[in-house]
Amino acid sequence: MPQTITEKILAAHAGRDTVVPGELISVRIDMALANDITAPIAIDQFEKSHTESVFDPERIALVPDHFVPNKDVQSAIQVQAMRTFARKYHIRHFFELGEMGIEHALLPELGLTLPGDVVIGADSHTCTYGALGAFATGVGSTDVAAAMITGEIWFKVPESIKFTYHGKLGKWVTGKDLILYTIGDIGVDGATYRAMEFTGDVINDLSMAGRMTMANMAIEAGAKNGIICPDQVTLDYIKPRAQRPFECYVSDPDAVYAEARTYDVSGIEPQVAFPYLPDNTRGISTVGTVPIDQVVIGSCTNGRIEDLRLAASVLTGQTIHKHVRLIIIPATPNIYRQAMTEGLLEVFLAARGIVSPPTCGPCLGGYMGVLGPGERAVSTTNRNFVGRMGHPSSEVYLANPAVAAASAILGRIAGPEEV
Amino acid sequence: MKIEGKVWKFGNNIDTDVIIPAPYLVTTDMEELGRHCMEGADAAFAEKVGQGDMIVAGRNFGCGSSREHAPMAIRGAGISCVIAESFARIFFRNAFNMGLAILEAPGVVQGIHEGDLVSVNQDTGEIMDLTNGERFLANSLPPFMQELIQAGGLMSYVMQKRQG
Repeated sequence: MPQTITEKILAAHAGRDTVVPGELISVRIDMALANDITAPIAIDQFEKSHTESVFDPERIALVPDHFVPNKDVQSAIQVQAMRTFARKYHIRHFFELGEMGIEHALLPELGLTLPGDVVIGADSHTCTYGALGAFATGVGSTDVAAAMITGEIWFKVPESIKFTYHGKLGKWVTGKDLILYTIGDIGVDGATYRAMEFTGDVINDLSMAGRMTMANMAIEAGAKNGIICPDQVTLDYIKPRAQRPFECYVSDPDAVYAEARTYDVSGIEPQVAFPYLPDNTRGISTVGTVPIDQVVIGSCTNGRIEDLRLAASVLTGQTIHKHVRLIIIPATPNIYRQAMTEGLLEVFLAARGIVSPPTCGPCLGGYMGVLGPGERAVSTTNRNFVGRMGHPSSEVYLANPAVAAASAILGRIAGPEEV
Repeated sequence: MKIEGKVWKFGNNIDTDVIIPAPYLVTTDMEELGRHCMEGADAAFAEKVGQGDMIVAGRNFGCGSSREHAPMAIRGAGISCVIAESFARIFFRNAFNMGLAILEAPGVVQGIHEGDLVSVNQDTGEIMDLTNGERFLANSLPPFMQELIQAGGLMSYVMQKRQG
């Protein structure tokens, strides 16, 4: 029976030859992760079960990235709970400050999430690992607690939607723009309960960073997972990093999809998602004059070295607008050092930006750049809900790093060609 | 089991940042979370809501984050049940795992009004607006999820299976 990559991975982890959409199955997991917001609930639930050990201390990752460096006493207490739990159950992949990065940038970088894996995470952007050819999905803390005991989780096998991209990408058009355009097309619940499979010439030519940005935002269309079949680009990224064996699955040519959509990207320009939903997208040429107060470049969506290079290419030799604050957040310590080695940090500082240590911080209005009443930000993050980055009357405009950098220079939402 | 409650209405795409804004995610205390429930949509909601009240909403309720604090905040505020046209996937899962009653029922946004008294039969999925007499039927759950509910949530189910 022909199958999609999602179906093949789920079948393999359920000990089956095939699965069909709609079936409820129990699958073995390769990695379960949680962060400083979601792990405390999972830990409470685990401890209440009086289980003596976790199913496999090598297959759990605890990443304190949301409010770390600790923003207040309460967030410090949450990380203490993770630290205590990690030591008690010998969980190796607990990341202390200095090793800690934004989870969905960090784990692939360290080769802890691999093609063919089933990855669950108590964080909705766990779908990022689909870019590696893994089945990866966000769940709640209780699901992670149960999985830490059993090493398994139940799923309804999702139907898949196939998104095919062909044509030639414009100079400033990135994976971020493709996924924003797609979400704008299908809506924030356009893929609910379904797998979004990205394919086509354009995806084949996309870097791993661009692919991760796309898979990362599948959740913003309600999807269960986003996924890209592994190819040479994937293997070039994975092989030097992989810490265990892995298997590459690809969709059969005659696999069955619930829906198929094809985009010619040649006409797509950089996208901006206006408040208050990620599907409220417009092309950069149609945004009008929108003055801004802050720019954030970072996050699990766009905090990778390629993103920082893109931003630096626009900011080189420039100074940002006097009414704008620019916050740059390399997603991991390695990315931070790489940016330093390449001279990108010098570009950001010379432009009057600041560079933060890795943290999710402002993306969810935690700290390190919370917006006040009525303030507007252009951000390379993933959500622009009411109050997402601060006060309920503040506004977040989602864009790629080049648009974010150009907007910082001009003090209004702008494309890099205007700089 | 049959429950009755007064309805608070919300629109489409009510996201988890609206249900419980991120600055409050530094606690796992359900009552404390409840004091900030729906703050992103209505700052005074937690003060107005009464024990056993219900939420009726449109499409894609609970979209966004995986934070289990969202169903916890709703429970902590005293809400007995959320009825929506549809739910976002992770919220749907979390609500079951947390023991928050949720029902997916087409037509409720049109048919039920803010302040109406509504009766819900959780066994049959029958929803009745006692104020205007309208009836709705919730989509039925797969047998496995009914087993989960009967076991008292995911953790109890897992422990029962391990002991069984």
